[in-house]
Order: sequence, then C-alpha cells, then structure tokens
Amino acid sequence: MTKVTMTVNGKAVSAETEGRTLLVQFLREGAGLTGTHVGCDTSQCGACTVHVNGQAVKSCTIFAQDVAGAEVRTIEGMAHADGSLNPLQQAFNDCHGLQCGFCTPGMVMASAALLANNPRPTEAEIRHGLEGNICRCTGYHNIVKAVLQASGQTDTQGVAAE
Amino acid sequence: MQSFDLVKPSTLAEAVSALAADGAQALSGGQTLIPVMKQRLAAPSVLVSLGGIAEMRGVAAAQGVLRIGAATPHAAVAREAAAHYPALAKLAGGIGDPAVRNRGTIGGSLANNDPSACYPSAALASGATIVTNRRQIAADDFFQGLFTTALQEGEIITEVQFPIPERAAYVKFEQPASRFALTAVFVAKYANGVRVAVTGASNDGVLRWKAAEERLSANFSASALSDLNLSGADMMADLHGSGDYRAHLAKVLTGRAVAAS
Ligand SMILES: Cc1cc2nc3c(=O)[nH]c(=O)nc-3n(C[C@H](O)[C@H](O)[C@H](O)COP(=O)(O)OP(=O)(O)OC[C@H]3O[C@@H](n4cnc5c(N)ncnc54)[C@H](O)[C@@H]3O)c2cc1C
Ligand code: FES
Ligand code: FES
Repeated sequence: MTKVTMTVNGKAVSAETEGRTLLVQFLREGAGLTGTHVGCDTSQCGACTVHVNGQAVKSCTIFAQDVAGAEVRTIEGMAHADGSLNPLQQAFNDCHGLQCGFCTPGMVMASAALLANNPRPTEAEIRHGLEGNICRCTGYHNIVKAVLQASGQTDTQGVAAE
Repeated sequence: MQSFDLVKPSTLAEAVSALAADGAQALSGGQTLIPVMKQRLAAPSVLVSLGGIAEMRGVAAAQGVLRIGAATPHAAVAREAAAHYPALAKLAGGIGDPAVRNRGTIGGSLANNDPSACYPSAALASGATIVTNRRQIAADDFFQGLFTTALQEGEIITEVQFPIPERAAYVKFEQPASRFALTAVFVAKYANGVRVAVTGASNDGVLRWKAAEERLSANFSASALSDLNLSGADMMADLHGSGDYRAHLAKVLTGRAVAAS
C-alpha cells in the first residue's frame, strides 16, 4: 500500500492505495465523497467525470497513484460556500435537466469543463461536448437547455428535440 | 483487476530501465489499457506511467515536419497542431469524447493499433516516422496487423514525426456508440504523390489503398476513383456492417476526403 495525497475541492486528502486503486475509489472510499458515481466502469458513461488539474476526466479510468498530488474537483466542490447551488447546478434544477439524477454529477462536471473552454457554446457544441456522458432518463434535451441557460443564453425556445 | 505496482518515472531513461523488469508494461493515458486490465485481458505486474516524463510531451513544427511527443494527449494535439497540420488536429479532436481526449495519447493509440482507431491512418497516410528509444520506424513497417506493431518488448515510442502535406483530410464514419471509426479514411497529398490510408475496414488493420493513390496522384479529384472498387472479402464484418458495406464506405469516404482536403 502507498499513501497518496491529493487536493480535493481545496482540501488535502490522503488515503492508502494499491497500484490498481482507481481515482474514483480514492474519492468515494478514501475521501468519502460519494457524489461521484460509477455507472459503467467501462469508460463509456461519464457518470464518474471529475476535474483533474482543471480538465474533465473519467475517474474510473485513471489510477489514483498516477495523479498523486493533483488538484481534483468533484461535484461536492461545485456549490457555493453557503451551500447554495452554483449557476450551472441551478440551471439543471430550473430546466429539469435531471430525472433519476444518477448521471447528473458527471453531467455537471463535464458541462462545467465545457463552459470553461467555451463560455457561449451553441446547442450543437453542447451536444458534441457531452458525447462522453450518457443519460438514461432525460433524452438530453433539458440538459442542453440547462447548459444554454448557465451560459447566459436564456432563449432556449429553439432547442429541438432529437 | 489483478494487483500490480505502479511506478511513475520523470525521465525516459528511468522509464526504459523500469520497463526491463519482468512483467512490466507502459501506461500512457490508460484509456485503452485500464479497460483491458479490468477485463483481465492484460495483467502486468508493474505499470510504468509515462505521464510524468516532460520530454515525451509537446507539439513542434520545423522544416516541414510536425513532431509530436508520444505522451501528448489528443486534446493537446487538437489545439497545438491546428496551425501546422489541420487535418491531423481535427482527427485528434474527434477521438472519443472530451474526457478521453484529455487523457489518451498518440503513443498509446499507435502502440495499441486498434483496427478501428484513428491515429494509425494519419501516420500511414502521412508516411510518418515512429521514433522509439531504440530506433526510427517508418509507418509502412510499423503496423503489422490487428493490435500488432513492430515494437519489441520494452520498446517505448518517444515521438512521432509527420511530414506536413500540401493538402489532407480525415473523414470518419462514426460507430455512434463507441465513437471509434466504423470506417474512416485519411488522404494526404504531397509534392511526390498522394497517400490514402483506410482504418476500420480491413481484418489486417489499417491499410494503404494503393490503387486509389495512383489515380489520385495523377488526378486529385473524387471522380478519379469512379471505376475503382475495394474488395469486401478481407474486410471486417460485424453487426454494424458487412465487409462489402465497409469496402463501399471506404471508397465513398476517400472521395469525400479528397473533396474536403
Ligand atoms: C470511450 C472511448 C472512446 C474512444 N474513441 C476512440 C476513437 O474514436 N478513435 C480512436 O482512435 N481511439 C478511441 N479511443 C481510444 C483512445 O484513443 C486511447 O486513448 C488510445 O487508444 C490509447 O492511448 P492511451 O494513451 O490511453 O494508451 P494506454 O491505454 O495507456 O496504452 C495502450 C497500449 O499502448 C502501450 N503504450 C502506451 N504508450 C506507449 C508508448 N509510448 N510506447 C510503447 N507502448 C505504449 C501500453 O502498454 C498499452 O499496451 C477511445 C477510448 C474510449 C475509452
Ligand atoms: S463509470 Fe466511468 S465512464 Fe462510466
Ligand atoms: S437523469 Fe437518470 S440517468 Fe440521467
């Protein structure tokens, strides 16, 4: 076992790891942050998406020891300090961008990374940017609306169902 | 997944010596290897991460050649190659999804040589040189069939050198669930001729379509291909498409790549 330390949502977190310990296990079992979900464990669904040094990654497809020392952000680090939702989370709420909520942590983290790189994405860019995130419930429609709203593009009337 | 030790050297020399250990294997972005290890199709006893080796990362162009460090992620190639070799940058920006592109690397993709992967077609169509810690390998000699390359035990790709073409394009017909190529074609036009590489088609992995190269070298237009046909007999056939379907797609996509270049 090797002790790994990372900065998770601004706080130093340490846990004992094996070589095969995945980042998502480090977060869920080591740091007790169970907001990051495992949907497929085969690198397909994006439910486990977190930010490592500012970039969206699938935490089920990274070994914890390979990112020792990194700055990690998870869904638990997205709300404001007083616990109120940030504008992107609020937009998911307002637009009904979630139903069962299982995919939502990954959707929010992937959307946040998308907006950081492209603050006013088109609908097509949002759909393309969220290709790595699968949702079984919403049909994506309201997720796209939420990201448009969060980017200040409130006229979401034109969003067509696919 | 079976247990193993992970080491993360900061120089190429340390990585080479770590890979000499019994059962050692290179880990780059892990976007192929980790899923394969979860399925227990690979069980290395030591994984040597290449992610901490600064000398293996980066994109640089000089004297008509684009050099990409083997551990450079797809997302970085998409950004940094755009000004030098737009067709290659576009290919990199179309691999998988953003999270895969932030981790997966060019060296890992070439070493893996998946028959439906994108980068092998760019390397083959560009006549790229694959540089390792031991030697330089021409792309024509590097790809040796399904998941098979010229790499020897413990050999590491350090860099890939792409001669920059006059014109080029990559056209991918996506398998929508995996986003790998159902079939895809890379066409590159150089002063001394045109090269055409087809991925996601042959049972032997990426291939050059030499008949099309000859035609296009004489007349660089989609119409030059009109009476050419690839045989579907040696093509992959699965629930997504028959061999004949893939052979037909390869021809259509070659024409589109010529038009898009
Ligand atoms: C959801 C998803 C979608 C994808 N879609 C696409 C797609 O559309 N097109 C596409 O082409 N690919 C796709 N991929 C594969 C992706 O591009 C991988 O990143 C790539 O195939 C492997 O690169 P890696 O850096 O992750 O390598 P790893 O997984 O770390 O390694 C792969 C293999 O290469 C070896 N290796 C790694 N680096 C080196 C090196 N420098 N020298 C020698 N050997 C080395 C390893 O030992 C291992 O055997 C997808 C993957 C996923 C998970
Ligand atoms: S759990 Fe990581 S991609 Fe599905
Ligand atoms: S809300 Fe249920 S999977 Fe997306």
